Amino acid sequence: MSAIVEQEDMRMQASACPACIAGPSAERLAAAAAPRDARLMLSLPTAHCAVCITDVERELARQPGVRSARVNLTLKRVSVDADPGVEAADLVERLAQIGYEAHELDPDVLSATEADKRGRDILMRIGVSGFAMMNIMLLSVAVWSGAQDATRDLFHWISAAIALPTVAFAGKPFFVSAWGSLRGGRLGMDVPISLAIILASLISVYETAHSGRHAYFDAAVMLTFFLLIGRYLDYRTRAVARSAAEELAALEVPRAQLLSDGVEVTVPIGTLVPGDLIRIRPGARVPADGEVVAGNSETDRSLLTGESLPVWAGPGAVLSTGEVNLTGPLTLRVAAAGRASSLHRMADLVAAAESAKNRYTSLAERAAAAYAPLVHVAAFAAFLGWLKVSGGDVRLALNIAASVLIITCPCALGLAVPAVVTSASGKLFRKGMLIKDGTALERLAEVDTVLFDKTGTLTMGAPEPQNLTDLAQDDLAVAAALAEASAHPLALALAEATRAMGVQAATVGGLREVPGFGIEGEWQGQRVRLGRADWVGAHPGEVTATHLQIGDRAPLTIGFADRLRPGAEAAVAGFLAAGKEVHLVSGDTSGAVLALATRLGITHWHAGALPAQKAALVAKLAAGGAHVLMVGDGLNDTAALAGAHVSISPASALDAARTASDIVLLGADLAPVADAVRLAVQARRRIKQNFAISLIYNAVAVPIALLGFATPLAAALAMSLSSVTVSLNSLRLK
Amino acid sequence: MDVLVYLIPASLLLGGVGLVAFIWTLRHRQYDDPKGDAERILNTEWDDHPKP
Repeated sequence: MSAIVEQEDMRMQASACPACIAGPSAERLAAAAAPRDARLMLSLPTAHCAVCITDVERELARQPGVRSARVNLTLKRVSVDADPGVEAADLVERLAQIGYEAHELDPDVLSATEADKRGRDILMRIGVSGFAMMNIMLLSVAVWSGAQDATRDLFHWISAAIALPTVAFAGKPFFVSAWGSLRGGRLGMDVPISLAIILASLISVYETAHSGRHAYFDAAVMLTFFLLIGRYLDYRTRAVARSAAEELAALEVPRAQLLSDGVEVTVPIGTLVPGDLIRIRPGARVPADGEVVAGNSETDRSLLTGESLPVWAGPGAVLSTGEVNLTGPLTLRVAAAGRASSLHRMADLVAAAESAKNRYTSLAERAAAAYAPLVHVAAFAAFLGWLKVSGGDVRLALNIAASVLIITCPCALGLAVPAVVTSASGKLFRKGMLIKDGTALERLAEVDTVLFDKTGTLTMGAPEPQNLTDLAQDDLAVAAALAEASAHPLALALAEATRAMGVQAATVGGLREVPGFGIEGEWQGQRVRLGRADWVGAHPGEVTATHLQIGDRAPLTIGFADRLRPGAEAAVAGFLAAGKEVHLVSGDTSGAVLALATRLGITHWHAGALPAQKAALVAKLAAGGAHVLMVGDGLNDTAALAGAHVSISPASALDAARTASDIVLLGADLAPVADAVRLAVQARRRIKQNFAISLIYNAVAVPIALLGFATPLAAALAMSLSSVTVSLNSLRLK
Repeated sequence: MDVLVYLIPASLLLGGVGLVAFIWTLRHRQYDDPKGDAERILNTEWDDHPKP
């Protein structure tokens, strides 16, 4: 999110010369229209097999101007290199024709190359340390099985020649991070790790030079190898989550239709400045705050306020970023855009609330904080103790201290948490949930209270006609005919419902849509109208409704209720069955909220809640000791999402809401939410088990090391055994 | 034990070849799309002759 803001900011600055602020400059328009080689990125959510790859690549390569297309099935994306002038919309349409759903992605938002570089860097270090480990093992086995004198020394020297450069190269991430925490006055987990690796290497060199019997080169390299794997798993989990989150952000390619001298030009939203005139087509989201100067329409502001009733918009009406224009085209004079818009001001609030959440210390951090000093004390005590017992034999004391460090080194700890988190977030991802934050899983496990938003979260934000069966067949036929001629969401829902009922639409002539009001026509010599209450002469009610007027007869009211999101019932029932307290909180009217609460069996409900009140409710519950899970999608939920212990938002939510939440629900189904809490509890149990396993192993191995019986063979065996055990334990998640 | 003179360099050399091959695959971005590569092998398009 911050990356987008920065980019938009940069674009604004690039065009923010004093003269440009007055109006759309020619330069700005030229820059927007300048031809350049297209590097397009399309999302392919349905691609899954070899045939898909061939189909998509072949079809795209056949398009004029396309130089090459390459599908990445892991990321479900295709990147296209094309001549200037090739439009993503055309490619999306071509793919739709051969049966593949595709969406344009904003390549600027996807920073894939940067992320890949870090991943490849760790992989390279894993590869090098793996190579070194196997070669040194080969030589060590010879020593363990009884190589003597000169042969043993030769093998140790060769091991040293391989191990020292390897440790220096592959261990760098640990050394850097250890140095960083030391300078910050902290004792992170990387300090004992680095100390163990360095001490083991130095002592082994000393021992080799003095023809000693034991050298720990294999242990030093093996430690690096295992811990790097933990690092890589950790990195992968975060990279996958980040790239999917970036993809969600990139899906909304921010464009606006700028009117300059009566001509419409498509420009990025970032280049809009106050005073610009923009055209908003029906169905489009308002890209900037402003005042309507021409056109009549209705807007859906449910994402901002939670109200499900459409609001009239005409000249003089003030619109905010994020509202959806429903019926007629509008011309808007921009008052604030980009960073200054209401949407971004909200996002800034969220950023402030989020920093509070980042203070959560994870289980691993707490374990490391307790464990790291213990390791140092144990090793130092071993050194002092043996110095005293042996009467000043520094070599022996150092040897034993090093073996204590190697054996206590948190191999399992460094691998235990990343392995569980990787496995759990992979499972959740397959269920359609995306974990954005590493500690979200642990926080999710602690949840005891669940808050649901109504519009767009428990409901689809899509209306469904309620009382159609009360209408006479003829009236229905007229309503169907009128509804089919309009693109208004209520009309679309009505048309769909009548089609499903098998209603034959009546023949209505002279159809004409009056933007902002409704649609009218002529049927059997009478004027028929379908639209707003005041337009057809009906009384506006509290629930969403459209009204049908036939001739001079009294208008008929067709009420609408929001369609329930699939899985909403299952999710709420799952939470209630698990003994969680479930609340419904919405900005909608109490009638609508009560109806839904009753339907889902939710006893705690709050209607007419303003954004600040939602956040206050979360704060009040938290103050009472509750761990709150907030599930919401609107701009009015963002403060509550950011303030809650952990939060979930559907992918259809506004960018700001998705940014504020820890987990994003990728599919339309809400059912996995309850399951996610169960999985999180299981994952936390697994992490604790893994800690226990490594503690038991330490309890056995540390006394042996302290007494001076630990050989490099024992260290190598114990280390690999514990690492493999915790990895296998992590895979047991169901 | 004289055989070690040949065996140790041989083992190091073979390991080194493996390492170089690994670095080469890494540099050529062969781990970017593991799922796609697993599927691409089933593709019959370039079975008769290599991709030009």
